[in-house]
Amino acid sequence: MRPLREYVRSFLLVELLQGLRVTGRHLFKRSVTLEFPEEVAPKSPRFRGLHALRRYPNGEERCIACKLCEAVCPALAITIDSHQRADGTRRTTRYEIDLFKCIYCGFCEESCPVDSIVETRIDWHLMESREQRVIGKERLLEIGDQYEAQIAADRAADAPYR
Amino acid sequence: MAEFQSYTLNFGPQHPAAHGVLRLILEMEGETITRADPHVGLLHRGTEKLAESKPYNQSIGYMDRLDYMAMMCNEHGYVLAIEKLLGIEPPLRAQYIRVMMDEVTRILNHLLWLGTHGLDVGAMTAFLYTFREREDLIDVYEAVSGARMHAAYYRPGGVYRDLPERMPKYEPTPYRGEKELREMNRAREGSVLDFLDDFCHRFPACIDDYETLLTENRIWKQRLVDVCVVGPERAKALGFTGPMLRGSGVAWDLRKKQPYEVYDRLDFDVPVGTNGDCYDRYLVRMEELRQSTRIINQCVDWLRANPGPVRLDDPKVSPPSREEMKDDMESLIHHFKLFTEGYCTPPGEVYAAVEAPKGEFGAYIVSDGANKPYRLKIRPPCYIHLSAMDEMIRGHMLADVVTLIGSLDVVFGEVDR
Ligand code: SF4
Ligand code: SF4
Repeated sequence: MRPLREYVRSFLLVELLQGLRVTGRHLFKRSVTLEFPEEVAPKSPRFRGLHALRRYPNGEERCIACKLCEAVCPALAITIDSHQRADGTRRTTRYEIDLFKCIYCGFCEESCPVDSIVETRIDWHLMESREQRVIGKERLLEIGDQYEAQIAADRAADAPYR
Repeated sequence: MAEFQSYTLNFGPQHPAAHGVLRLILEMEGETITRADPHVGLLHRGTEKLAESKPYNQSIGYMDRLDYMAMMCNEHGYVLAIEKLLGIEPPLRAQYIRVMMDEVTRILNHLLWLGTHGLDVGAMTAFLYTFREREDLIDVYEAVSGARMHAAYYRPGGVYRDLPERMPKYEPTPYRGEKELREMNRAREGSVLDFLDDFCHRFPACIDDYETLLTENRIWKQRLVDVCVVGPERAKALGFTGPMLRGSGVAWDLRKKQPYEVYDRLDFDVPVGTNGDCYDRYLVRMEELRQSTRIINQCVDWLRANPGPVRLDDPKVSPPSREEMKDDMESLIHHFKLFTEGYCTPPGEVYAAVEAPKGEFGAYIVSDGANKPYRLKIRPPCYIHLSAMDEMIRGHMLADVVTLIGSLDVVFGEVDR
């Protein structure tokens, strides 16, 4: 009996029609495609995108040149030079991240004792030439200033977990 | 005219069906393959050597990039080996989180495998549907770890952070009405656990859809049934693990046979095939999708009911919380010490393995008592599966190469390391 039934089923294209029913059903469902530049996938406060250096509310940069981030970076993407300022505090004279080397692991942010280096939500940044892969201190601080509200809100949202 | 004898065909390394950078030298007799010679190493990044030069924790991120379809499972194997070396055990909640994320990873991997395998063999539609579900799980990854793929989330002694209480939502845009936005954010109102719970409820219906499209489909069957058969004894002799071995009818699953973390407390079945052909391996993986859903469901229930720490409270291994670090001098010293030097392990050798989606993923560490491994050896499942390629493909047609590569589920990050 079974071979006969199989034969009839195969002759009637049963499984193909069932497959077509699935695709047909999906034809009338809501499309899940996002209209990319305007619509983006949701991002969590933990997102690890482009780096930024932050400042204290009084405008002083946070980074104290402790070089923890430089030491922890698995890809050796961070380069820091430091000096002592006239007021006796240690600051960086050079803070560079090589974005081609960086693997966006987030360890630098995890290690920073003063929440200075952070990874922001920015995930589409572009470069026009190879040299631009190394971003320096000015650019990092600039990104930090520009997105400070977002950065602070994200850190606050994630603070209970860290 | 001269009789046309055998000839050699170069397949890959940039062939879309080569799943990365596999280069095959095929010796053909007409359409039939008499010998297949996989050339590997085009994606070699020297992960094992790299790990010898940095403290243990800093290599976690590189583990993600081995099998980049099963990110957290690789981390798990590595972290487990370090824990074994140190003789520590993470808190129970961390173990449940790891198991849950491992199963999420397994679903991610199998969905990608199903989509691309279908695509290679000629079934476009399943690919579109599997990527829809993958997106949901990748959002879970992102909410939990901060990265959509390369999570760097597991740590020796637990996981980096607890699961977040809020799932990120879609923002309003001119393209979506309020009602549609509400529908899109419906499952995202609660925590990650709520989202996963909802996912586990709708996912079985999605698997049914994929199965309707493929399982009985005559073309699918013609391409898969009785292709590249491996018997159980031969599969064991070739060192197969994971779905490749289970497809041949050997019920070997590390989650059952050598339970690590909390797998012995969870209720799930291990599917086993009978024929050892590509079709059975397909069926085994489909059933694993269902079983993983079951495991996630149980983990979600447990995690909801049992809050607690997710990282070992041992400042010699796991860094103190940020609050402590900022208040307390001793914690600050631990923090600095851990992020510069790391921790030293006792001298010795360990091997720890997990059941990654593709098979047994193991890490073998030799330590000389320093803060970095003296030698790290990674046991990738795909490399071993790929080395059986020649034996499996002999006597088959050229078109079956694509089926077999899909069925082996190779990923080159892992083969080449
Ligand atoms: S994210 Fe990781 S790789 Fe990138 S700069 Fe920070 S520590 Fe280095
Ligand atoms: S960014 Fe943070 S971790 Fe890096 S040097 Fe500055 S203070 Fe130290």
